[in-house]
Amino acid sequence: MQHETVSYRSNTTGFVLSLLLTLASFGMAMGGAFPPSISIATIVLSAVLQIIVQMHFFLHLDASSEQRWNVLAFAYTLIIIVFVVAGTLWIMYNTGIRMMPMPN
Amino acid sequence: MNTMSATIAHDHHDHHDHAEEAKENALFGFWIYLMTDCILFASLFATYAVLDHNYAGGPTSKDIFDLKYVFVETMFLLISSFTNGFAMISMHRADNSRTIKWLMLTALFGLGFIGMEVNEFTHLVLEGSGPGRSGFLSAFFTLVGTHGLHVTTGLVWMSVMMLQLHFKGITPRTSSRLLRLSLFWHFLDVVWVGVFTVVYLMGVL
Repeated sequence: MQHETVSYRSNTTGFVLSLLLTLASFGMAMGGAFPPSISIATIVLSAVLQIIVQMHFFLHLDASSEQRWNVLAFAYTLIIIVFVVAGTLWIMYNTGIRMMPMPN
Repeated sequence: MNTMSATIAHDHHDHHDHAEEAKENALFGFWIYLMTDCILFASLFATYAVLDHNYAGGPTSKDIFDLKYVFVETMFLLISSFTNGFAMISMHRADNSRTIKWLMLTALFGLGFIGMEVNEFTHLVLEGSGPGRSGFLSAFFTLVGTHGLHVTTGLVWMSVMMLQLHFKGITPRTSSRLLRLSLFWHFLDVVWVGVFTVVYLMGVL
């Protein structure tokens, strides 16, 4: 993961990009100038971008052949995460609807 | 004589390859551990998303979250990831004293992050908004607390590494351990991006 590729430039690029994306996220949430749907979309997008930025510049994950098994393990983990999170929300939402007494 | 030195050279080469391979394997094994940790955090995120609005008449996320406070916390952790990168650069340049200095700075920012989190938790518990108050707060304390526990573990590990570097210097063993610590530390910053987005920012919107 971290071979001699670790350089001042990649470390600084990663930091500056992460900083900008964090500022964008907090600015959106604190500013309140946009409707919530746009704010939420921007915040989620910045988070996904920041995770990709940190994966690339800090964790040095890329498409090179020596990284193949790391990327494969990560891709498998992402599938599990989607199953766990989406599955939980789906089941619990339906259980909630079926079991909660309705207000009226 | 010629064959002998060739054998020695060969042995030496072989030895180097084995050491390199062992280091790569250890790093890959640690990566697999981090992936299982991702799944642990994913289940805690899922739990939080389910219990998100179960306030049970207690405080809501809008009542208890202060975004300015969380922003400073986030900056501490991001800067510590940045200084950690410089510690790794110094390690690759075999500059032991710089490596230790950068690690100290990293630990200092990490300590600032944990200090702020402990302060936030203490205030919440004293105000009667502890993890037992509502489903929302149980999920909040579990998710954020698990991340904080990981950061604390990282700080203990970092202190041990600073001592090892001080006494042993940059050896194949210490540098191999330092690589895994660096991976762990950066990983915790990645998880925090998910935490401040899902818990704090979306909780206030």
